[in-house]
Amino acid sequence: MNLHDLGGADGDAAGGRAVEPGSGSVPVARTAVELAGVAKTYRRRGVETHALASVDLAIREGEFLAIVGPSGCGKSTRLRLVAGLHLASAGEVRIGGRVVDRPQTALGIVFQSPVLLDWRDALDNVLVQVELRGLDPSAYRERALELLDQVGLRDFADRYPHELSGGMRQRVAIARALIHDAPLLLMDEPFGALDALTREQMRLDLEALWLATRKTVLFITHSVDEAVLLADRVVVMTPRPGRIERVLDIGIARPRGLAARRDAAFAEATQQITDLFLARGVLHGAGRTGVSR
Amino acid sequence: MNTPARSTAIVEWLRRRGSAIAVFALLILVWEVGVRVAGVKEYLLPPPSKVWTEFWKRHELVMAGAWVTTQEILAGYALAVVVSIPLAMWIAWSRFMEQAVYPVIVFLQIVPKIAIAPLFIIWFGFGFTPKLLLVFLLSFFPIVVASIAGFKGADRDIMDFARTTGAGGLRLFVKIRLPQALPQVFTGLKVGAALAATAAVVAEFVASDRGLGYLLLQYNGQLETPMVFATIVLLSLIGLAVYYAVEVVERLAIPWHVSQQHTAHDATM
Repeated sequence: MNLHDLGGADGDAAGGRAVEPGSGSVPVARTAVELAGVAKTYRRRGVETHALASVDLAIREGEFLAIVGPSGCGKSTRLRLVAGLHLASAGEVRIGGRVVDRPQTALGIVFQSPVLLDWRDALDNVLVQVELRGLDPSAYRERALELLDQVGLRDFADRYPHELSGGMRQRVAIARALIHDAPLLLMDEPFGALDALTREQMRLDLEALWLATRKTVLFITHSVDEAVLLADRVVVMTPRPGRIERVLDIGIARPRGLAARRDAAFAEATQQITDLFLARGVLHGAGRTGVSR
Repeated sequence: MNTPARSTAIVEWLRRRGSAIAVFALLILVWEVGVRVAGVKEYLLPPPSKVWTEFWKRHELVMAGAWVTTQEILAGYALAVVVSIPLAMWIAWSRFMEQAVYPVIVFLQIVPKIAIAPLFIIWFGFGFTPKLLLVFLLSFFPIVVASIAGFKGADRDIMDFARTTGAGGLRLFVKIRLPQALPQVFTGLKVGAALAATAAVVAEFVASDRGLGYLLLQYNGQLETPMVFATIVLLSLIGLAVYYAVEVVERLAIPWHVSQQHTAHDATM
């Protein structure tokens, strides 16, 4: 496992820029998403709040990248900046080399809550993605059913959100984010509201789905286990205003499945992240809990 | 006609409503027997049977009055629906309308509308117009306020998702904003419907020469208490019919919401 802080430039950003599309057989992954000095400040009654410290980060094409950090470190804001739903106060977000200056459409997005439309059944909730894009939903029907099948909802296509469990609703939301086959998938704590067992199942299913499509994934989570189990690289954030503490390469072989929890690399990576959080005071060791602060 | 299916539907309906109907019938019976046994004077509290026989004697006159009142209710309510929903949309979309017009509506909502009825008589005389306007006025506010809340209350994450599709205003409206507003719009429509009958009667009380409100005052003045009761029952039935009509439309328009409520209701049982 490689360990490097952000300052020790690993060259992925530079490498991403150097390799032009179709420039050769070198299998160096290109940069899909790039955050260059991206910061966000809010001004409220003349007082500036630094919501996000300046961050440089490059997400490679086809990479599964997880950002893990304590609450309030601006993980979700970061994702919204990538989607163009918020605009950065400083720096630039680039997707495929183009500066993000408005909401981006070449992506799929999944939030912590599934935000399905109550008046549409599961199938139509998946198809709303293409309908809102002005495409013909009947042309995507087959694919939507296929996706629902892949997320384990083959028999639930005609169910309405209130007839589905929390996990099932989130599965519909994932299918909705994939139907238009965008190259980038943004997931903002997608399993945060689910119980532990459902969460583990969703994690396994998401890995399988990702291995089948190999989309670029930006996955925000506050679960260290989830980040390490799913991601190729884990970005560890400091508490507010949220700097990048460390970027870890996770070398566990895929498909990781359930066995990954027994992998030595899993234990090592989670231990390292825990130690970082301990050092930053995000976690307190025994004897320093609660009362001392 | 599928008779077995129909009869099971009736049995099912009776099973669910049976106890309520029984209680209602019992109340009527207690009323009837109690009044007779205690010898209560008819002009104070007539027995239900007397209410019915008196009504039947003069039902043509009363039904004509009921028709007048029904027309006032329907016309005023229809006008309120037609005006308030587009206005609510406009206020929800336009920042100017929201800042300039919405506060005025909120303020006017506080004015006791019924107190305006005499003014309408000065302006519009004794005819149909002041009744229509008072029904309109009472139904208008609940519908417009609920609809504004509905049209403005789009979930932030849903709208963020929608923005990543690049959908424009009209498509967003048709696919997301309108359907998600409908439950609240219908809440307003039902409150407005319940107020419509009240408004018509009050308007007739103030100045009128026809309609159930007018008849009610006449019968009251002559101490024809059985007819007063008959008129009240008739008014209640009209109000109920309007309310149920809106509920039927709601069931047709947003079945997903109605069944959702049922699921939630069943879950708490």
